[in-house]
Amino acid sequence: MPSLRDYRDRIASVKSTRKITSAMKMVAASKLRKAQEQAEASQPYAQSMAEMMARVASGVVVSDASSPLLVGTGSEQKHLLVIVTADRGLCGGFNGNLVKAARAKISALREQGKDVSLVCVGRKGRDLLRSDYRPQIAQSFVGLMGSSKVEYKDANKVTEYVLEQFEAGAFDVCHLVYNEFVSVLTQKPSVQQIIPFAVPQGASKESDKKKESSGGVASAYDFEPEEEKILSALLPRNIGVQIFRALLDSAAGEQAARMTAMDNATRNAGDMIDSLTLAYNRARQAYITKELIEIISGAEAV
Amino acid sequence: MSEPQTIQFELVSPDEKLVSAPMRMAVIPGDEGEIGVLPGHSALVASLKPGVVELYERAGGKPRKIFIAGGFVDVSAENCTVLAEEALPVEQIDRAATEQQIADLKEDLGVAQEAHDKDRIRKRLTLAEAKLSAVTGKLAA
Repeated sequence: MPSLRDYRDRIASVKSTRKITSAMKMVAASKLRKAQEQAEASQPYAQSMAEMMARVASGVVVSDASSPLLVGTGSEQKHLLVIVTADRGLCGGFNGNLVKAARAKISALREQGKDVSLVCVGRKGRDLLRSDYRPQIAQSFVGLMGSSKVEYKDANKVTEYVLEQFEAGAFDVCHLVYNEFVSVLTQKPSVQQIIPFAVPQGASKESDKKKESSGGVASAYDFEPEEEKILSALLPRNIGVQIFRALLDSAAGEQAARMTAMDNATRNAGDMIDSLTLAYNRARQAYITKELIEIISGAEAV
Repeated sequence: MSEPQTIQFELVSPDEKLVSAPMRMAVIPGDEGEIGVLPGHSALVASLKPGVVELYERAGGKPRKIFIAGGFVDVSAENCTVLAEEALPVEQIDRAATEQQIADLKEDLGVAQEAHDKDRIRKRLTLAEAKLSAVTGKLAA
């Protein structure tokens, strides 16, 4: 039976925990707003880039001479996974779910007999995967999202590394594993292929239609320099944009997940304080009653 | 008004949308020479080199100058969209810092051993030099 003093200490400690979690929730909420604004600000660029990609790609005849970023290296043996997680924990299942998705992808690829290597962006993902896949982790980037703002320059470090490795022939196919920001309550771990570039189905069909309507003319656009050259310059940029978007999504998702987790924690702390207070009052009552009985029986004995 | 007098011009970088306004004319540093874009320009997609975009809101007016670190442009009769990897209004460029950067990079280039390191430094150097010439007003070499 805990004493009154135990209860009091317990209540005080839960109260101070609640203060911390509710402060963390508020901080996460304001960071989330910033991250969302930033994600919105990057939207026009990504959209224009996607439009341009579709336009240029529709005009190019895919041949062996095309950039390997578009047609692949001809082999599918070596896979690279870029795994984007948060640098910090205390955000619910955010990192755990993503790592689970990454593990599933890794074992699926291994069952097919492929070689897998990993690039970890974010400290948590690296720490969680290091126990099982230490030799596979080719590189990790930590602290890119440490400040509240994800910068394109930071995302570019990842992009540069990936492109360098690709040119050096370290892998044939590259996937991006990241938490897609669906809503404040939902972040969906998703796997997206970035190398070779998968031409969006819808876009290519649309451009086929356009081709037909314009009577077989490849495209009404002038290109300067030629389409192939522009495309080979566009492809690495496009990969950069996709990585940047993944980082932004992940950053916003992290804050959203933390906000939700801290909101729950604050509520749970409140419930706990209520039930502890109840138990405390009950114990106090019992103590008072006991004392009264002692006094009364003492008086009766006299 | 029989023909539109302006073209909807947009300049976007990954971090933000810098300009979205109707323009009388825009001069854009294409990889194969400067491109002047007026309303009714034929459809064009071009890659850009590091340099200065000049925006004329009115004919004969003073241009608004924005430095871009390379990118692409997508032109149609009514729209002109510049995708810049990095964009900065010319008046915000820190001249001293850029000069310092050029000096540093030149030093790095001397020390660098591997070919791809050299390539990367050279790329940055071209960029910094283009930035500097944007401030000093000289044409990029």
